[in-house]
Amino acid sequence: MSDSKPGSGAGPGAGSQAAPPAEAGAGAQTCPVSGQGGHPAVERPPVTDWRTDWDHLDPRWRDNPFPIWDELRKGPIARTERFEGAWLPTRYEDVKAIAYDTEHFTSRRIVLRHRKYEDPPLPAPPITSDPPEHKAHKQVLLPFFTPQEVGKLEPMARRICRGLIDDFIADGSCDAAQQYARHIPVRIIAYMLGVPVKDSDLFIRWIHEILEVGIVDDEIGKNATKAMRDYFRHHIALRKEGRSEAEPDGPEPDLIRVMMDGSLNGVPFEENHVLGTLNLLMIAGIDTTWSSIGAAILHFGRHPDDRRRLIEEPDLMPTAIEELLRAYSPVTMAREIKKDVTMGGCPMKQGEMVLLSFPAANRDPAMFPDADRVVLDRQENRHGAFGLGIHRCVGSNLARMELRVAIEEWLKRIPDYRVDGEVRWSDGTVRGPRTLPVVFG
Amino acid sequence: MKVRVDPERCEGHSRCHALAPELFALDDFGNAAAIGDGAVPPGLEEKARLAAANCPEYAVEIVEDAE
Repeated sequence: MSDSKPGSGAGPGAGSQAAPPAEAGAGAQTCPVSGQGGHPAVERPPVTDWRTDWDHLDPRWRDNPFPIWDELRKGPIARTERFEGAWLPTRYEDVKAIAYDTEHFTSRRIVLRHRKYEDPPLPAPPITSDPPEHKAHKQVLLPFFTPQEVGKLEPMARRICRGLIDDFIADGSCDAAQQYARHIPVRIIAYMLGVPVKDSDLFIRWIHEILEVGIVDDEIGKNATKAMRDYFRHHIALRKEGRSEAEPDGPEPDLIRVMMDGSLNGVPFEENHVLGTLNLLMIAGIDTTWSSIGAAILHFGRHPDDRRRLIEEPDLMPTAIEELLRAYSPVTMAREIKKDVTMGGCPMKQGEMVLLSFPAANRDPAMFPDADRVVLDRQENRHGAFGLGIHRCVGSNLARMELRVAIEEWLKRIPDYRVDGEVRWSDGTVRGPRTLPVVFG
Repeated sequence: MKVRVDPERCEGHSRCHALAPELFALDDFGNAAAIGDGAVPPGLEEKARLAAANCPEYAVEIVEDAE
């Protein structure tokens, strides 16, 4: 995988607009603050120096970010003047320290934008919540996502996977991202939320508009967010009239009802809070796991030895799942700097942003020996694919179950296959294959 | 050997419970605690070590018996 080097401008001092060479020393704790003005919102000049001008929306990052991170890990926390000023830690220790430090880093903004057009940003509790409110915002959801509760959904996950495979297995080939991975998590979260599973394609479109298109086109992102909020407003209104369009065998209570009934210190959650959480559950519950499932199928398509080993030794599944989550972590978050702070010698200023790359942390060789190799029986694996600290993903147990079931059902029916054609990766901060052509046999 | 989960550090990743359900239980919110007094029955020492080595928050502690 990490078989190519970052673009020609990525090396220290390379490129005509690179930072002064004094800042290029590997491992130096001098910070690459350049102080140049921000880039206009619509323009995206190619990155010339990843240490001083990084951009996670650059196509080179999208297609193969690993060598970029390997290079950046050798130096101080990387800096960019894009996004109105932002930092990029790539070492596990730095990512963890920032994730733990809720005094200096707030979660109220978790997405990097060219300009911070919302002030204050729309809340999406608990992911945008800080202490002390965060705990209560999260606890209302946690009982519905324990391993025990999630286990009840496993038969449904298997039915979905088998049905999808039935639809394409006779063709001898498929797009494993489009025809398989993307349909699994969306149907389960729709069922849990209490909305019709048949609306899944609508949710997938909104999420694409929010997470991929919306990060470069504010209007499209805002419109999709509004459409999703209106959708949930409608389903809340139905419940207030004693009606619902939840699946007939759906959970009781469903997550819409849980949020409608939620309160903090006896005060019911405001509508903005309820809609924010419901939007979050849908967004976070779909693209992320879709990405993990796709990356796993891609890995086993390109590494037949690993595939055969897992089929012959199914007891490896628990460590294999964690290893795939580590090596192909889909989720990158962001933080806003709440108070001036110095991290690793870098002066971080209030109002600037930090891109918190758990995927880069999970490839740090200082934390994971042989970090770029997938080791199906890796024994020590403290990966942060679901975040570290208080914002540990609420749905982590659900995601693990869906990923395991999706792989098990796939390998049962399609034990031999290969990737055949161009793999296209997602844009933005949820990384996974969006086109994954495979041929069976 | 004994195991202990630091409730201040545990964030509910539930890795310990997945790896060693004989030793770790989860509460209604998915947070972990050692079962009983945390004593590790003979034969489960390796599972206990594995659980500790896979906690992303370093919340699982192993207390070895004094010789």
